[in-house]
Amino acid sequence: MEPCGTLILLNFNGGLELLCRSTKVHHVDVELKPGADGLIMKDLLCWIRTNLIKERPEMFMKGDSVRPGVLVLVNDCDWELSGNLDTRLEEKDEVVFISTLHGG
Amino acid sequence: MSNKRGADGNNSGCSCDGGAVFSYDSSSLELEIRRLEAEKDLIEARIARLRLQVEGGKSTGGVTAGRIDDARNKAAGEEQEKGEGRANMNGPPFPTASVCGLTPEMIHRYSRHLLLPSFGVDGQLNLSKASILVVGAGGLGSPIAMYLAACGVGCLGIVDGDNVELNNLHRQIIHTEAYVGEPKVKSAAATCHAINSTVRVVEHREALLASNALDIMSQYDVIVDATDNLPSRYMISDCCVVLNKPLVSGAALGLEGQLTVYHYNGGPCYRCLFPTPPPATACQRCSDSGVLGVVPGIIGCLQALEAIKVASSIGKPLSGRMLLFDALSGHIRIVKLRGRSLNCDVCGENSMFTRETFQSFDYENFTQSPFFPSSNEGLQLLPDTDRISITEYKKRVDSSEPHILVDVRPAHHFQITALTNSISIPLSSLKENFAVIDSAMDEIKQGTGLDASIYVICRRGNDSQRAAKLLHENGFSIAKDIIGGLESWAQEIDHSFPMY
Ligand SMILES: [Zn+2]
Repeated sequence: MEPCGTLILLNFNGGLELLCRSTKVHHVDVELKPGADGLIMKDLLCWIRTNLIKERPEMFMKGDSVRPGVLVLVNDCDWELSGNLDTRLEEKDEVVFISTLHGG
Repeated sequence: MSNKRGADGNNSGCSCDGGAVFSYDSSSLELEIRRLEAEKDLIEARIARLRLQVEGGKSTGGVTAGRIDDARNKAAGEEQEKGEGRANMNGPPFPTASVCGLTPEMIHRYSRHLLLPSFGVDGQLNLSKASILVVGAGGLGSPIAMYLAACGVGCLGIVDGDNVELNNLHRQIIHTEAYVGEPKVKSAAATCHAINSTVRVVEHREALLASNALDIMSQYDVIVDATDNLPSRYMISDCCVVLNKPLVSGAALGLEGQLTVYHYNGGPCYRCLFPTPPPATACQRCSDSGVLGVVPGIIGCLQALEAIKVASSIGKPLSGRMLLFDALSGHIRIVKLRGRSLNCDVCGENSMFTRETFQSFDYENFTQSPFFPSSNEGLQLLPDTDRISITEYKKRVDSSEPHILVDVRPAHHFQITALTNSISIPLSSLKENFAVIDSAMDEIKQGTGLDASIYVICRRGNDSQRAAKLLHENGFSIAKDIIGGLESWAQEIDHSFPMY
């Protein structure tokens, strides 16, 4: 692993894993943008879109955020509590993307 | 559940069917005998208790306060150890309803609840005064209704407009084979009554819609969402906000489940979390994606637990938090959610959402998905000239037309059942497998000298249109979609073809 990136544990659930070769857990090393002093959620989403989501990106994203109906959790906390797209990520943080279920 | 053990189509509900006993085999007879013996034991125990009450009344000339406390302590499990046990039976009777509020029957039935220091008499009393509405008598609703009936909630309402189906029994454990084709609510109520005849069960045999939700939901203290579709989830949450009722919400699909409590004690509502509905294409359903029966069972049990906590005012309900269950990996995660949104369209500070707004709100249009998923047919992606009916396809097969049939369902669907001579190329990998089609066509050309036609089939006729479109765009302009897919084959051509 390159030492210059940030190691993040990604978890796709609720059907979102189907967009990443049906794999739920991804250990990824996200390189920082030139000049950036740290990784934020906005950059992570860009990175995921480029590197992980192989098909139907519209099922994951809308604009530069996630699509409606996807909950984003940073270390088991709703990202609305930590700044949404501006949430600052640190080494070994865990980010969970979960699509809400409606079945019963 | 003796009242519906028969598999002979006798769905007469709660009737006392002693006369029909001889039509069952010996094992069900034995079951019936055991049930009756258990009933006999219960009745004898009741008679014994009443006798004691009569005798106690005679010998003590009334119940003094001190003795009531004794009895109450006894009921609450603080009975002193051994030796006294038997002697106490001749002492003061069980407390009367006016003292701890529970009848002797209730103390007996719910004794294991009363033994819990954190639940006890207060918890049981609160529960016995509470009314809870379960919306949906399916995979989630089954264990919810059964546990709520068993635990002694005062009034249990069940609302659902569907009938029991055989291919739902793998998860809808409140129903039995004898009730297939009958209203789910009728079947669920019969099971609940069989479990606990002292609970008032109210049957609402209709779908919950914006037009009747206010009327129905306003009769209850706690609402439990056990539905299976998106518009219902928004509608039930909105109605709970309008009526100011707590909502215990659960969902399950595939091998995952989710659970939280909305609009409780200043917590968020469904819209605070999901102000905008997801695109309709992102909404999977059990009937398409599958569900392992026990998964909604587990979520339903947890919903029953949260409903009991809310109704009896014990513990810390799962509000502002969400439980995420992943059956395959065996992970349960409880995450912290955002609080109530001040800008929420429904529960926010400046919300203009009233009863009137609610009743006229078009939830199907808002979510772009239907209340009744089965009516969601009829995707029309292709012109009629690029599609043929299943009967037309059958004719062409019978006339030995050289053709290839591409089945574009996922591989695990193909494994369940397929038409003979069909080639499996799942839609998701069609792009990479055009060569397979090419070589199949070449083979026919070499064998017969004729150009083969291409037909595309799937389960219901939606994916096959997407596939045919993709084929058209990649040079296979002769590809035709088979309308209605394998479902119409099973309905119109071969009734023995297994449908799932
Ligand atoms: Zn809200």
